[in-house]
Amino acid sequence: MIRLSEHLPIIQVLVPLFGAILTAFARRGTTAWAIAATASVLAPFVSAAMLWTVFETGRPISYVMGSWAAPWGIEYRVDLLNGFVLLLVSVIGVATISYARKSVAAEIDAHKQAWFYTMYLLCLTGLLGIAVTGDAFNAFVFLEVSSLATYVLIGLGRHRRALLAAYQYLIMGTIGATFYIIGVGLLYVVTGTLNFADLADRLGPAMDTQARPILAALAFMTVGICLKLALFPLHAWLPNAYAYAPSFATAFLAGTATKVAVYLLMRIFFSVFAIAIPASALPVTEVIVILSVAAMFIASFSAIFEENAKRMLAYSSVAQIGYITLGIGLANQLGLSASLIHVFNHALMKTALFFALGAIVYRTGLVNISQLSGIGRRMPLTIAAFVVAGLGIIGVPGTAGFISKWYLAMAAIDKGWWWMVFLIVASSLLAVVYVGKFIEVAYFREPGPDVAEAHEPPISMLLPLLALAFATVYFGIDTRLTTSVAEAAASALLGGAR
Amino acid sequence: MTTSFVIPPALALIAAGLVLPFINGALRSALLLLAPLVTLWLVWQVPDGVQLTTSWLGYQLELVRGDKLARLFASVFAIMAFAGGLFSLNQSSSFELGAAYVYAGGAIGVTFGGDLITLFVFWEIMAVASTLVVWSGGRFANGAGLRYAAMHMFGGVLLMIGIIGEVLNTGSIAFQVMDTSTTARWLILAGFLINAGAPPFSAWLPDAYPAASWSGMVFLSAFTTKTAVYVLLRGFPGSEILIFVGLYMVFYGIVYAILENDMRRILAYSIVNQVGFMVTGIGIGSQMALNGAAAHAFTHIIYKALLLMSAGSVLLMTGKRKCTDLGGLFRTMPFTMVMGVIGALAISSFPLTSGFISKSMISQGAADAHLGFVWFMLAAASAGVFLHAGIKFPWFVFFQKDSGLRPPEPPWNMRAAMVLMAAFCIGLGIWPGPLYSLLPYPVDYVPYTTSHVVFQLQLLLFSGLAFFIMLDLLKRTETITLDFDWIYRKLMGWVTRGLNDGSERAWDRFLETADTVLTRVNSGIYRHHGPDGVFGRTWPTGRMAFWTTVMLGAYVVWAYI
Repeated sequence: MIRLSEHLPIIQVLVPLFGAILTAFARRGTTAWAIAATASVLAPFVSAAMLWTVFETGRPISYVMGSWAAPWGIEYRVDLLNGFVLLLVSVIGVATISYARKSVAAEIDAHKQAWFYTMYLLCLTGLLGIAVTGDAFNAFVFLEVSSLATYVLIGLGRHRRALLAAYQYLIMGTIGATFYIIGVGLLYVVTGTLNFADLADRLGPAMDTQARPILAALAFMTVGICLKLALFPLHAWLPNAYAYAPSFATAFLAGTATKVAVYLLMRIFFSVFAIAIPASALPVTEVIVILSVAAMFIASFSAIFEENAKRMLAYSSVAQIGYITLGIGLANQLGLSASLIHVFNHALMKTALFFALGAIVYRTGLVNISQLSGIGRRMPLTIAAFVVAGLGIIGVPGTAGFISKWYLAMAAIDKGWWWMVFLIVASSLLAVVYVGKFIEVAYFREPGPDVAEAHEPPISMLLPLLALAFATVYFGIDTRLTTSVAEAAASALLGGAR
Repeated sequence: MTTSFVIPPALALIAAGLVLPFINGALRSALLLLAPLVTLWLVWQVPDGVQLTTSWLGYQLELVRGDKLARLFASVFAIMAFAGGLFSLNQSSSFELGAAYVYAGGAIGVTFGGDLITLFVFWEIMAVASTLVVWSGGRFANGAGLRYAAMHMFGGVLLMIGIIGEVLNTGSIAFQVMDTSTTARWLILAGFLINAGAPPFSAWLPDAYPAASWSGMVFLSAFTTKTAVYVLLRGFPGSEILIFVGLYMVFYGIVYAILENDMRRILAYSIVNQVGFMVTGIGIGSQMALNGAAAHAFTHIIYKALLLMSAGSVLLMTGKRKCTDLGGLFRTMPFTMVMGVIGALAISSFPLTSGFISKSMISQGAADAHLGFVWFMLAAASAGVFLHAGIKFPWFVFFQKDSGLRPPEPPWNMRAAMVLMAAFCIGLGIWPGPLYSLLPYPVDYVPYTTSHVVFQLQLLLFSGLAFFIMLDLLKRTETITLDFDWIYRKLMGWVTRGLNDGSERAWDRFLETADTVLTRVNSGIYRHHGPDGVFGRTWPTGRMAFWTTVMLGAYVVWAYI
């Protein structure tokens, strides 16, 4: 008799994987949607159960694949850090899948819908897999699973440029994944192991004799992952990928794909390399700080001048990822907490924003800001939710974004970098401009002919949007989940405990 | 987690403010009048001590903490909201009224906030809501509102950084008496002072407030600067720097008000001037001076509202705001004129008005502390106040030449609001006891001593006499407005002239340079980040790969070295 609770880590991955296979056999979009919905709804229960167990017992869950003990077999290992990420990804999955039905039905040709859901589930499988595994090579496999699925999701966008965007992402994503696997390969040659925890143990002694390949591995993996998480200046694939993908895919990817890459970066940095090699060996954190600040400003300015609303939000994502990586670059307890908190908060807020845009596209087919004048009067709830999430992006007190900003500012001051606080807050004022630009058009202009027919989206799209907008406020007030888990995970990362 | 059942008074006003934009007619009027009264009642239900806490981010937030000072400010804010609501019953923009009520609620939230984070949150609510009030002033208010928002965001940034620093330094979020020993506290002080209209950023106030509508400015005059006074009273009593900041504000207000032509801008400068008195009192820091600052904030809110209500009535009925376009309105608006004069007398600290019993406490505080220079400056400033607000405003608007305008009196509700405020002005002037009993420290002060009354009357009458002697002299000339300016400058001597000419030219040059620089910066940013800029357009795949290689190369080379 198998006790289900012991197998939660693998169930987390298997449910969407089997779902993907089933949807591939489905003919009708609705059937495929039902399967995808079932798989998606199960996922957060699994991840919540695991996170709860880890939080309660204080010990990570270790699962050995096929009873092959680590480090020989593949180990799935869930601690606070990836438990948190798993929960986030699966929750975003639930929100998007309920949103998906109408949106996908409107934007994807009927005969492709089942395949679309297959790709979505494969993508979900890959993302959950990266987060759950404790094996460097297994992470690569899942990275490729999710990436390949993502290329298809983007390529299915209706705009002609979607194909080009998918192609560019394909090239760049492949380069990133290749860099990552080159790094893994170098580490394997040096240590003979692929297990993260085992790598951390063996890298230290190996550092004395084989420093060069280890540093090269760090360089390759950092650049590879930074490409996947779209750190400036490796972000250039992202704006078009987000802008031309189907609405549903954009919302899902914005909330999950880059976040999982952030997780992988933290894992590699703090659970593997930071334990083994001195920080002075390679100025990774310093470079990340500089690039993060550059991202915060440059991408925000690009967002301000962007006319396509989806591209505007995409640039905003690049800027917000700057905050996340800034926390990683600060590399102190508060900084890592800030990163994790913002990973969570930004996922909620940005998904909500893309939901709102998707709803507008569903009703009007428009994405250019100047055509949306007065849309706030036609779709009041949708735009109100946009405003709430937008306030969160700005970091207004009372929203989740403020918590992120607060922690990030504390981390900077804790490091003695007062000037950095000014940069953080100044760049958040840039968000006021681009969010304000949209609000000004949506509310303060007379409704134009383009939006005359628009009205609120169907309830299945509106509900997840409102729920995420509510969550933006909720997690700005009740911060127990985000801060306690993030702080504990950050301590564990810095303490070298895995 | 309540220790007893207390409804945060701020909540009532904020909730009302959020509902207001969606209702109309009698319901709206009822809510406008009821919400502040309920709030006032709630304010008096809050007992002393921390009443309502919640935990947030691991801190214990003190959402409601009652004490005498908080109750004093919250009461006058609630009274002000009521009078403002009554005055604005026929304001057609429900949006403005909603924003104004949220704004007032934010101010009350600040007064009851027992810790820095609660304070900051309500502080930001005020900033956002007040910006909306400014913006409701119409098309012309766009620029002013934007500048106003930028200034308050900047102040909010300073405050937030200061608070974070303070929390990290002390490990506590308590809002207590602070000294100016750390960078963090300096930043908090700077954040507070920006809202008080202190130098070098005093200009936001006369820039933004007069851009608001006839009713909007009545609300604006009361809350932002006075919550700043409140937090300074609470956080930085006796900080010496505040004496100088305050004195600067006192004279800044007078000089610019005398040179100004827009009637409501005169009153806006006069806000800076009056807040200067309070800030000076806080800087002196004795119990007498602090009591005086608190009392002056109370009375000032009321008479400044009265003045702005009369100015707002004139603006609503005539549509004109410039002194040179107005005049002779006493013929058809005698009632409004009387109310304006009562407000003018109160602001000039005429005996038997509320200004007399409050401002004199600050002067007394200076005298008791043997700060002769400060006392003298305050006395001189009192004469200046009489000139710019006490005489100039009513004279130019209601008397002076006959502008030919024959506007009727404003509607009943506006008159009623003015009567209410005027009653406070005179009532408190005659019976100061109730106000004194509300002050934070026990009051052992009698305003109506012979010497004090005589001194004040002499001061006022002689400056009044001087004004009217000059006036007679001037009436014979034709170019009346220009000559007035000239006389004022003569009166104020080199201070004014130096300030006016020098600073105006420097200011113009500064604006010009700032404009060119900003234009250049903006076009530079656009060139790089706009749709066709290097950071805005789609990169070819090759360039993406190139940068990836550069990144990798940089790391690898570094590792090799």
